[in-house]
Amino acid sequence: MMYSNLVKKYYRINNLPHIWCPGCGHGILMNSIIRAIDNLKLDKDNICVVSGIGCSSRASGYMDFNTLHTTHGRALAFATGIKFANPNLKVIVVTGDGDCAAIGGNHLIHAARRNIDITTIAFNNNIYGMTGGQYSPTTPTGDFGTTAPYGNIDKSFDLCNLAKSAGATYVGRGTAYHASLLTKLIENGLNNNGFSFIEGVSVCPTYYGRKNKKGSSVKMMTYLKENCIDKKVVDKKPELGENKILIGELYNNSQPEYTEKYKEIIKMLSKES
Amino acid sequence: MSNKKAKLLQGNEACVEGALAAGMRFFAGYPITPSTEIAEISSQKLPALDGKFIQMEDELSSMAAIIGGSLAGIKSMTATSGPGFSLMQENLGYATIAEIPCVIVNVQRGGPSTGLPTSPAQGEIMQAKWGTHGDHPAITLYPNSVEEIYNTTITAFNFSEKYRVPVVLLLDEVIAHMREKVTLKDTSEITIIDRKKPTCSAEEYVAYRADDNDNIPSMASFGEGYRYHVTGLVHNETGFPTNDNKVADKLIRRLIDKVENDIDNLSIYEDYKTNDAETVIVSFGSVSRSAKSAVNELRNNGKKVGLFRPITIWPTLEKQILEISKKAKTIYVAEMNLGQYYYEVERIAGKYCNVKKINKVNGELITPNEIISVINGGN
Ligand SMILES: Cc1ncc(C[n+]2csc(CCOP(=O)(O)OP(=O)(O)O)c2C)c(N)n1
Ligand code: SF4
Repeated sequence: MMYSNLVKKYYRINNLPHIWCPGCGHGILMNSIIRAIDNLKLDKDNICVVSGIGCSSRASGYMDFNTLHTTHGRALAFATGIKFANPNLKVIVVTGDGDCAAIGGNHLIHAARRNIDITTIAFNNNIYGMTGGQYSPTTPTGDFGTTAPYGNIDKSFDLCNLAKSAGATYVGRGTAYHASLLTKLIENGLNNNGFSFIEGVSVCPTYYGRKNKKGSSVKMMTYLKENCIDKKVVDKKPELGENKILIGELYNNSQPEYTEKYKEIIKMLSKES
Repeated sequence: MSNKKAKLLQGNEACVEGALAAGMRFFAGYPITPSTEIAEISSQKLPALDGKFIQMEDELSSMAAIIGGSLAGIKSMTATSGPGFSLMQENLGYATIAEIPCVIVNVQRGGPSTGLPTSPAQGEIMQAKWGTHGDHPAITLYPNSVEEIYNTTITAFNFSEKYRVPVVLLLDEVIAHMREKVTLKDTSEITIIDRKKPTCSAEEYVAYRADDNDNIPSMASFGEGYRYHVTGLVHNETGFPTNDNKVADKLIRRLIDKVENDIDNLSIYEDYKTNDAETVIVSFGSVSRSAKSAVNELRNNGKKVGLFRPITIWPTLEKQILEISKKAKTIYVAEMNLGQYYYEVERIAGKYCNVKKINKVNGELITPNEIISVINGGN
């Protein structure tokens, strides 16, 4: 197998090929993270990638950094411990829609609320991939899953709105089709000194696609191409945004960062003594 | 002149003092009676020592955060009580399989569920070992005085660092909230054990390759240049997941062996007048203090009674219990539950002597008189 220089530099070649299905969007999203890191010339030894459990969360094992594959939903809590204990580390969380919005939803809103400097990339395929296609908190109402055989009656979360309202200071959405946009958003997230939330819309042809008759991976990617619109465009012409997936930078509002605020307390106490 | 500092401390306070003396500089927790003072005092003291305190959103995340803190190279602790201890179990198992040193304090209260929040109980003997799923090692320590809380907390950190396991420190509500005189040790008198670090280069580092002599791999901190993978999946020596049955078998056995093969260095207990004893009370924590009074009083009345008090609850002190069972006629296991440690004692001693229970689960202490009357009635 011939690998590109980027792959050789950042991936654990011994662990490839990855476990994802042919046509899965997750690999493209993972590569956007790698490109963002490469573009920013970050030190590999200084990067921690923390993930939960799910197809998406398997990404951590392939990337040649300090990597921590945790328990389902808890990646952000482990990552909070790492970042708080050693704020010099660049901490990235890779998670899925089930991982970060169902079982781990509480950790997502609290990490966002603290504005701790962690960049979270949520691979959203609108389904539980790893366990075989059950509906998730982002499965659209009316869609099917193996546990929604009569159509999903739940309302779905908009992950970006959720993160923003909980206190994330940088929020953006890219997709497996809009990979270079996603790379740019991840770069911005990594540059934001605070909690950044980047949603990467993925495709799961194996379960979500099959259950909902969405066709092949190519068809699902074409759907993304044709149904997403950048926020910048919609800001000028709101009518164009109707029934579309909003992508691009959605929110950017720098605020004091958690570990730095704590450092102030340490400094104050050291002066007193 | 001695530098020793005698102080009047509450049990929970002594726990924090012990942890700080052991080098704890990271605490993540969620408030719950009767453990809350441990979080409060940590929040006050840690930043002054360049340490970190964080109140997490729940106990699931507290347990996760201390694992993260420890991986970043900082000695880490959390403290909770029954309901929170239940929530910590999945990530406690994670710390076990990923071999992350950390200390979990469980100040027990009456259970199950919300139970009796302000009353003493000893209901988590079995949970401390079997609360998390799967086969795994466990180290659990159980002090019975405020001074012993201080010392045992230091030991808990040392064991966790040495064996790379999460160590559970079980406390009784009454001792956690009681004030007693404690002699804080001088730093020169305290033995501190730190995790074994790699001595090889990053290229040569195989994160989960254990040394032959102790079955324990060396541990690099994240950010030190040894980039490696940590997972809760069964993994090979490199740390990457595998379904290989042989590797799985070897890993699980090694995790248990690294602790249980070193039982002699883990065995802490008090043996009080058991040598000639026909009747031996086995008890721990607050109950052992009642048991000791009972022993003294019964001895005054000419009865040959002794007390065996395990401080190391897990792994079980089989050798010591077996020895007692061969000398005594009857062992009474006195505990504030309906018989948990009893099952361990019965398993080991049942063939050689009578093993009986003295139990209470109403939120009240077992008093010396209650023990005395059972023993008198039973003889
Ligand atoms: C505590 C716990 N509950 C349930 C599971 C089973 N489980 C594994 S992955 C998963 C869902 C993953 O979905 P998502 O986060 O959306 O990731 P995807 O696989 O779709 O990428 C579930 C329910 C688990 N591992 N742990
Ligand atoms: S099940 Fe879906 S999400 Fe998982 S690897 Fe396959 S395509 Fe990707």
